[in-house]
Amino acid sequence: MKRITIDPITRLEGHGKIEIFLNDQGNVENAYLQIPELRGFEQFSIGRPAEEMPRITNRICGVCPEAHHMAGTKALDMLFNVEPAPVVKKIREMFYMAFYNTDHAVHFYALGGPDFVLGPDAPPEERNILGVIHKVGVDIGKQVIAHRKRNHEVIQWLGGRGIHPVAGLPGGWSVAVTEELRKEIEEIAKQNIAFGEFSLQLFADVVLANQAYVDLILSDTFTEDTYYMGTVDENNHPNFYDGKIRVVAPDGSEFVKYDAKDYAQHIAERVEPWSYLKFPYLKGVGWKGFVDGMDSGVYQATPLSRLNAGDGMATPKAQEHFEKFYETLGSEKVNGRYKPVHHRLATHWARLIEMLYAAERMLELVTDPEITNPEVRPIVTNTPTVGIGSVEAPRGTLTHHYETDENGILTKVNLVVGTTNNNAPIAMSIKKAAKGLIKDGNISEGLLNTVEMAFRNYDPCMSCATHSLPGQMPLEITIHDSKGQVVDTLNQFID
Amino acid sequence: MSEKPKLAMYWSASCGGCEISVLNIHEHILTVDEVFDIAFFPCIADFKVKDVEGYPDGYIDVCLFNGAIRNSEGEEMAHLLRKKSKFMVAYGSCAYEGCIPALSNLTSKEATFNTVYFDNPSIDNPNHILPQEVTQMPEGELTLPAFWHTVKALDQVIDVDYYLPGCPPEPPQIWAVLQVIVGALLEGKPLPPKGSMVGHTGVAVCEECPLEKSEKTITRFYRPYEIVPEPGICLLEQGIVCNGPATVGGCGALCPQVGMGCRGCYGPLPGVEDQGGKMLSAIASVIGAGEAGMEEHEIEQQIEDVVATLADPAGTFYRFSMAHSLLQRAKINGNGKGE
Repeated sequence: MKRITIDPITRLEGHGKIEIFLNDQGNVENAYLQIPELRGFEQFSIGRPAEEMPRITNRICGVCPEAHHMAGTKALDMLFNVEPAPVVKKIREMFYMAFYNTDHAVHFYALGGPDFVLGPDAPPEERNILGVIHKVGVDIGKQVIAHRKRNHEVIQWLGGRGIHPVAGLPGGWSVAVTEELRKEIEEIAKQNIAFGEFSLQLFADVVLANQAYVDLILSDTFTEDTYYMGTVDENNHPNFYDGKIRVVAPDGSEFVKYDAKDYAQHIAERVEPWSYLKFPYLKGVGWKGFVDGMDSGVYQATPLSRLNAGDGMATPKAQEHFEKFYETLGSEKVNGRYKPVHHRLATHWARLIEMLYAAERMLELVTDPEITNPEVRPIVTNTPTVGIGSVEAPRGTLTHHYETDENGILTKVNLVVGTTNNNAPIAMSIKKAAKGLIKDGNISEGLLNTVEMAFRNYDPCMSCATHSLPGQMPLEITIHDSKGQVVDTLNQFID
Repeated sequence: MSEKPKLAMYWSASCGGCEISVLNIHEHILTVDEVFDIAFFPCIADFKVKDVEGYPDGYIDVCLFNGAIRNSEGEEMAHLLRKKSKFMVAYGSCAYEGCIPALSNLTSKEATFNTVYFDNPSIDNPNHILPQEVTQMPEGELTLPAFWHTVKALDQVIDVDYYLPGCPPEPPQIWAVLQVIVGALLEGKPLPPKGSMVGHTGVAVCEECPLEKSEKTITRFYRPYEIVPEPGICLLEQGIVCNGPATVGGCGALCPQVGMGCRGCYGPLPGVEDQGGKMLSAIASVIGAGEAGMEEHEIEQQIEDVVATLADPAGTFYRFSMAHSLLQRAKINGNGKGE
């Protein structure tokens, strides 16, 4: 049997390896996504003081340290049984919205976007952020840089540092918002809204106006009917900071809605000997293997899934785009809500709608009369026991679970992180793309990037997923014959 | 390719924050693009390991290597890049001193696997499956890198020319260091001596911290949630653990300024081998023990009582420097390789 090794995959955060096996006809027999590393935060955190976790677990991922910091901080709220004051929740969420603005922009412009802005078949050396800047113009490139810069400034003002923030405390936050700071953030929120609308317009001009891309998005090769997870507010609108976790079935019906603290009743994680990364599934449906459909417990947790799990968006501009998204992609409304969109490449669009929502939500929070209340740091005296906190990381629902002794020293830690949720669906998407694209043993350079697009739309973060971030290297495909001899090597560079 | 200097940046076992820290020099990134040719930079450019293997030795002028050495793959990449690079920079705390991943050196590979794959609230693993270096599947063999017992810093694996501390390094320091490198490569200006730590102030975080110190002593330590610190006053002198006295500056003392104690991510002061040991002596000096007329054993008891209010001294004082700490060195020497 012939083997195609893609090691490593690129333009994601972290490291993955794909093994594709071809039968004698040169068609895909099976495909595996392997994650080659582990750091073991759950073990080495034991013995540490619980209140240090927001500052330890942010080192799981330097791309989304804010998400781990926030899930950890919320776990401390429950651990110490202290309800944060409204102003604390608002400052935390405002900080989190600044983070979403920078993080989603990085994915669209630097990781996922090059495939569309430059095209999946563009020369590989141009398929990157610099290529995007050359294509769309340096002025737009500078706008992207400015967008990142102003939001990282907000992250540093509110979180203490631009990367690996430190402000989270049980029931509190160590930074209050002065009126002077509030005014600056208000201005930034307005600029973010303009940038969000600009980015959606760019998506419309570059992607939606190109029938070839629309056909690609709608193609069966990039479609998978799974369950969808996302955190929603009391109106069933997506909320990234807080709410209940809602899971919607492939047919659009609500499967379950639960509090984060009950996650272990609803989620279980499988182990396979060929990957360091576990495979979560819905306990209520059961594990049926790497397959989609109503009977398979495979679910995803991404911008696409959050939109699918929601009934609409909580802010007006994002809601307009939400409706356009479902109408354009041919979703019908059933019982007052759109049926899920199953086209994985639409995740790029969903991500930009989320970025606009995050900008609008940031403006709501920064203009809240209470946001400058200085009472943000309570003294906490309750005895800690068990704490479970969750947020929507950009790459999926993120849950931190801590147990401690009576002194708050950790005795047990469990982390179910954004990308881990998507381990099985990404593997399935890769297999389906490989099956759809590799026929009769014919492999071209252009194919390779299109296979990569099958995982890239998830914005996978293997550093989060494995609590590890090993090397990320460009794509190389080696073809072996049945005796293991290399018969051909293809790579992203055409010499 | 042009005659511009060649730059590489690679990540081993790290979090990606070092790459983001480079992006956070913002508009200066366009200058970096102008000055350097990228020879290998997986985060932003599509060069392959195969390309690196094909370069002549020393082809890469500067390699910024971040991440600790956690498994066989990381070590192999370190050796390859050392061979191909004129200057090897241990970039960020993981490569420099192990950082958070090296807290793993307080536990074992077996305990880690047990916690991650067998004993946790969401696991479904009735057959006790563990990831394997080699797995035979119906279609063929699948392989994974070997996971090691001990996390190592980069200089415990290869020869390192410069160290750039921080978790991650702060953008003003990164930009300053890049300017020195550019000056050396383009204008022949001198580089610091081999083995130098660059991108820091050379003195303690306290020296750049605006909080006021008054030689005040304390009688107990507070956990961060047990106290609302008085603004403008040194946190350590209020009984809040702050590693500032034992940590080299360069970060701008960001954490203490938002009322959170330093955790030491910039590593030890120059010439200090053991950051945790240095911090313990700083702690001793702030404890207000020994009143007039006290016996020596009473004073010792008093010190012990105060120290007993510290939670997790090893995990706090060696939060970032475990790979190099004297605590760990004995263990690494114990089995020769630490694997």
